[in-house]
Amino acid sequence: MSFSHDLRRVRAIIWKDLTTERRSKAGFNAVAFLGVLILLLFGFALGPDAEALREAATGALWLAILFSGVLAFNRSYQLELDGAALEPLLLYPAPRWTIFAGKFAANLLFVLLVEVIVVPVAIILFQVKSLAGWAPAMGVMLLGTIGFVALGTFYASMASRSRAREVLLPLLLFPMLVPVLLASAEATSSLLAGNPMQDAGAWVKLLIAFDVIFVVASFFAFDHVIEV
Amino acid sequence: MSHAMPLEAERLSNAIAKERSIEWLGAIALLAVIGAQLAGVLNSPPDRDMGHLQKIMYVHVPSAWNAFVAFFVVAIASLLYLWKGKEQYDLVAASAAEVGTLFTGLTLVLGSIWGRPTWGVWWTWDPRLTSTAVLFLIFVGYLALRSFVEDADRRAQWSAAVGLLGALNVPIVYMSVKWWRTLHQMQSNPSTVDPEYVVGLRTNGIAVLLLLIYFIVKRYRAARMERLSEHLAESAALEGRRA
Repeated sequence: MSFSHDLRRVRAIIWKDLTTERRSKAGFNAVAFLGVLILLLFGFALGPDAEALREAATGALWLAILFSGVLAFNRSYQLELDGAALEPLLLYPAPRWTIFAGKFAANLLFVLLVEVIVVPVAIILFQVKSLAGWAPAMGVMLLGTIGFVALGTFYASMASRSRAREVLLPLLLFPMLVPVLLASAEATSSLLAGNPMQDAGAWVKLLIAFDVIFVVASFFAFDHVIEV
Repeated sequence: MSHAMPLEAERLSNAIAKERSIEWLGAIALLAVIGAQLAGVLNSPPDRDMGHLQKIMYVHVPSAWNAFVAFFVVAIASLLYLWKGKEQYDLVAASAAEVGTLFTGLTLVLGSIWGRPTWGVWWTWDPRLTSTAVLFLIFVGYLALRSFVEDADRRAQWSAAVGLLGALNVPIVYMSVKWWRTLHQMQSNPSTVDPEYVVGLRTNGIAVLLLLIYFIVKRYRAARMERLSEHLAESAALEGRRA
């Protein structure tokens, strides 16, 4: 029962989840297009003024990611529950954290792929002109997504098995994500505006701290939560 | 855990039978709140800028302090539940969360009422106000989770995790909202409090703390009765199946 065995289990779960997704594609297509749709709706709500759109671009992008991505997490457990597969998965003689790690990594890849579609659409729709700091901005996106997916995967392990799961997950998740939303949106917009790094630096540190705290906390708490 | 149920129910009904009345604490808390309010309102001079509007501070600030006390209790009780697995910790956490949410809501409403005449707006994106609102929503989520999960073990285990993560997030939320405001160069005005008001604030803080304890104990006892009735209903259902 060494660590390399555990890693193999994690890889198996990632592979299983992503293969299910790749074969149906229904989930991915729906989530990605919902993201694009939300961006369009934000465009309509904010009006056609190009300057106002540019100002709101990163905030709208992050809300589109949150509102569409949140649908992926319950799905990742729902597929197990529909096939009565969660119990057998728990019966395998392996530490519980491998299940969480596998689901977390698969969901992370899923949301990052959604971003590959949604981010360029946001740049075009919101007429973002300068992409000065695009490389560090992508780093910020990745950090924000890690925090989002860690908590999303964790809360979905409960919400998906409760009554009223559709409303419960965002109700639990979104208030927790306020720091992620603020830090990612602020850091991304100051980077894209070509501001010096010091503005974004504090936000990046906050994001890293958030990610470390909540990835560790959800790994530990998952053991308790999945058991019952 | 269903096999241990009759024992659990017996333990609960014994505990309930042994309860002593705590109405005296409620009476003391009520008198303390009235006394501290009167003392605060009568003894403090009108504020230079706000005049007598300042008096709302004596309800607003103590309820904010005590909301934080309540959430601290939630965090500790949740941790103890995850560690020891005893049902009473879960019930303490749930009771404190409910009372804490009530006090947070009160803080927000009072802050809003205070903000209207002094700042001219019902709401301002002040770091403390905003992070209190986020805290309120985190614990509304906690209470929603509790009401959406029927199985008692599950409810206890899950809400302990959610309560702990929520408490962990409080300082991070506060810090992020604070930076968000300062980076926009809109520092909120830190009100320096005159010593004349401090005494009034502290006595009111203690009076509201008594009220908080009374509420939590009352709620805890009600929660214990709810659990007992759940246990009895469950075992009655099992009996019915056996017969």
